[in-house]
This record gives sequence, structure tokens and C-alpha cells, in this order.
Amino acid sequence: MSGYTAHFRVWRGDAEGGGLEDFKVEVNEGEVVLDIIHRIQATQASDLAVRWNCKAGKCGSCSAEINGRPRLMCMTRMSVFEQDETITVTPLRAFPVVRDLVTDVGFNYQKAREVPAFVPPADLGPGEYRMFQEDVDRSQEFRKCIECFLCQDTCHVVRDHEENKTAFAGPRFLMRVAELDMHPLDAAETSGLDRKRTAQDEHGLGYCNITKCCTEVCPEGIHITDNALIPLKERAVDRKYDPLVWLGSKIRRRPAGG
Amino acid sequence: MATGTEPHQNSGGVRARTRAAISAPHLRTDRWWLAPAVTAAGLFAFVVYSTWRAFSNAHYYSAPYVSPFYSPCLAENCKAMPSGPNADLFGSWWAISPAIIILIFPLGFRLTCYYYRKAYYRSFWASPPACAVAEPHAKYTGETRFPLILQNVHRYFFYFALLVAGVLTYDTVLSFRDTHENWGHMGLGTLVFLVNIVLIWAYTLSCHSCRHIVGGKLKHFSKHPVRYKAWQFVGRLNARHMQLAWASLVSVALADFYVYLLASGVFDDPRFF
Ligand code: SF4
Ligand code: SF4
Ligand code: FES
Ligand code: FES
Repeated sequence: MSGYTAHFRVWRGDAEGGGLEDFKVEVNEGEVVLDIIHRIQATQASDLAVRWNCKAGKCGSCSAEINGRPRLMCMTRMSVFEQDETITVTPLRAFPVVRDLVTDVGFNYQKAREVPAFVPPADLGPGEYRMFQEDVDRSQEFRKCIECFLCQDTCHVVRDHEENKTAFAGPRFLMRVAELDMHPLDAAETSGLDRKRTAQDEHGLGYCNITKCCTEVCPEGIHITDNALIPLKERAVDRKYDPLVWLGSKIRRRPAGG
Repeated sequence: MATGTEPHQNSGGVRARTRAAISAPHLRTDRWWLAPAVTAAGLFAFVVYSTWRAFSNAHYYSAPYVSPFYSPCLAENCKAMPSGPNADLFGSWWAISPAIIILIFPLGFRLTCYYYRKAYYRSFWASPPACAVAEPHAKYTGETRFPLILQNVHRYFFYFALLVAGVLTYDTVLSFRDTHENWGHMGLGTLVFLVNIVLIWAYTLSCHSCRHIVGGKLKHFSKHPVRYKAWQFVGRLNARHMQLAWASLVSVALADFYVYLLASGVFDDPRFF
């Protein structure tokens, strides 16, 4: 395939306003959307603002919405589009826009800070941690996250309802709560922090209606809903809605959850 | 600046004041509406069919087969089914179709199922209709309040679903009889029942609550090797939960329809031996 000219529409503007601007731009074999954005920047709009770093799907910087779908620009091949298709690129629509394709993702850093960190076990010093692979498998899936915040952007709880941003941590940080609650050495419970309960009470787990859009857009293919959010909902049920588990934990005098 | 759209002042969501000024509720160009439309049509068809069958109170037994909608049959007005799933718990005051008594359980199980929740939230309630497509509701509280907070009881319906699956397994065993209750026979209906019961069990065991109960709730799999194996097994089924939800929904309706056809005399069950 030799090169062709594609029709791009790129959102340009800032917090004051803006709109979609048309570009005719050259596309060569093997290129990705980020290449085309760079070409527009190099040849037609030198002040086009775009955030990127690795161009390898690993830094999570180049998140945008391409034809309405939240994706990484560097991992979206031009070959998935028809040559005569108009390709629309906008900034993430759940976060405040800074300029052009750059948004302020500070919401996510705020939410990250609200999740209490790993609590080290009291009886183990540095270098003494021993864990079985099967005990960390679940948490390790979640550690593949590249913090692109596409899931946070897509989640309708905050995307469509700005007012829920205070109460809801979003899929990425509920997954962090799940990761720590499943961590074999996290000693939160002995320190009086009940992550199963706070998932609902502090981080808004109940807002999630498990419609799986976070999973659909995650570029790392993490099963956010099936492996983190639903298991976390079940853990919250153990604490708050299951009299049998509650009774069992009273009788056996040890925390449920083995 | 570009085409000079002003930011939107008073609306929330993707049109909130701080967000990139784009008035379209979404910019998707693919057929995003197809999946919710097909889901809605499928669920609606099942609801119509099962409502008709559940209230009809007729044509649900044709020896040796009993419709899964009427099993177990717990009222006095049930048809006589030799060693069938009858238990007259409700007595004679129960005047309407006995299917209503028992269908509450599979209905509750499927209504609170994590997959069906996704399916109807998206297709009936448009919350959201598809990913990155703005939902039409001004407010959203998800499952934080009554009534949707009740979705948290799903695991209790799971326990009941195990009992119901047990009864349907018994019905399948009974289908290895002929019309005179002699054992060791098989007809086309037996096959229909077998396929249905396998799918019902696969769906029931692939439940997310089941996955949690058998092992997902543990912190240390290494200390519970048997439960770890069970969790892995349920996890493999769970990855197919959506497919199993649909397959078992269709198979249970087909099993019922098959009994209906026999009982209403449309055709006779082809016997194998
Ligand atoms: S599954 Fe839950 S967290 Fe994920 S996008 Fe849907 S509502 Fe948001
Ligand atoms: S979970 Fe996936 S979509 Fe969400 S921030 Fe991490 S990598 Fe991105
Ligand atoms: S540039 Fe790093 S993920 Fe795209
Ligand atoms: S039956 Fe679907 S999650 Fe339990």
C-alpha cells in the first residue's frame, strides 16, 4: 500500500471554547493515529497541543477519543479505518480540557491519593516478604495498568455526571482497592482499616452498575469488571449484607476471608 | 479559534462547562446501537413467551416430561405427575397457575445476575446505552440506593438456584422413562432435557457469587488448595457467563416449548428406545 490522503477532524480549543477543525493529511503504510497527529503538527498546525511519550502503548499519555471511542492514539493503527473515512480526534470528554487534545487528568491523582496505601505487616521487616505466586496472581493482573485513565474517562458514572466525581473513585482506583484487599500481605485489617467496607462507604463502589465499559476500553486488556469490581462488590456484601458471614465471623472469632 | 463553539453553561456530563466544547452526545461512527437493540429484543421476546406460558396453567406435563417452568409444582391444582416434582406445599387456596410460585426464584436469580444487570441497564435503561455514548438521565446514583441496592442479595438467589437446578436434574432423570413409567427409555425430549440441564448447571455454577463463595473471597489461595482449584474451575466457566446466560435462557424456553407441543398434541415424542 502506498500513501494516501486522509480526512481528519481534530478538536482545537481550550476551556473558553473550541471546535472541530478539518485537515487533509498524508498517511503512509504502518502508521498509527499519533503519527498523523504529529504530521499535522509538523506541517499544518505547529501549535497543536498533544500529550505523548513512549509511542509504544506503555506510558498512558496519548489517550484521546477517536471516532468517539476512547483509545490510545499510538496504538490505533490507521489500517483499521477505510481510506475515505473521516477520522475525528477529540480530547477525553470526561475531564476538563486544557488545550486541544490535552486534558487535565488531576481528578485521577486526587482519587489515587484517597486510597489508603499498602499496610506493611508488623512482624516482617524489609526483605522478609515471602508470597506464593497463586496468592499474587490476581493483584498482578491489576498491576499491568499503565494509568492511561481511558477507563475513568469512559465510565458513565463520572463521564455523564460531573457531580458524582466527589463520591466515586472510578474503575481504576476501585481496582486498586481490590488489589490491596486481595494482597496476601496487606495488613490493613489488623490496623483497623476495612477495605471491603470502605470500598462502598468511601470510594463509591455502589455507583458502578457493572456495565463493563471500563473493561471494553482498557488497552492492557485487564478484566476490570469481572476480576476487580464484581469480586469487590461480593466482598462488600460479605461485610454489609450477609448475616451468615457475619454470624460465622462472630462464632469463630476470626475475621472472615481466610 | 476553530469553528468557535461556546462552552455549554448549564448541563452536566460531556457537556459540562469545563469539558471540551462538543455538543454531540457522542461521536461514535460504528453501529453501537446494534448490541443493545438485539439484547432488548431477545429479553423482551423471552419475557413475553414466559409470561404467556407461566400464566396459561396448561399443557405443562406430558409423561414423562414436565416443563421446567412448572417444576417443582407446589400447589394442589398441579397436574398429577407420577413420582414427578409435586409437593403440595401450598394447598388448595392457591388458585392461579402454580408456575408463579416457583418462577420467582429463577426470575430473581436472573434479574440480579451481574450479566443480566449489565444487559438491561444498557438496553432498557440506557445507562449507558453503549460506551462513551451519553446517557439520557439527568441524575445517576447507580446501585447505592433503594431499590437497586437490593441487587446485593444476588448470592441468596444463587443458593435457591442450586435447589432449582437440583429439581430440574431430577426431572431429567425422570425423562429416562417411557409414558408408562418404565425405566431405561429415551426420546427426543430426553435429549432436549439433557442439553437444558447441562446449560442450566453451567450457567448457575459460572455465577460471580459462586466464584466468590467457592474461593474468590480468600486472601491466601496457597492455604486452601482445593478451594483454589474450585475457584479456577468456576473462573473458567465464569469467563463464558454471558454466553451461558443466553444459551440457558434459550434452552429452558425450548424445553418448555417442547413439552407444550407434546401436551397440546401437536406431535408425539419420537422415541429412541
Ligand atoms: S463497569 Fe462500573 S466502573 Fe466500569 S465503566 Fe461501568 S459503571 Fe464504570
Ligand atoms: S485500568 Fe486499563 S484503562 Fe484503566 S487506567 Fe489502567 S490501563 Fe488504562
Ligand atoms: S504515547 Fe505512550 S501510550 Fe501512547
Ligand atoms: S448468575 Fe450471573 S452473576 Fe450470578
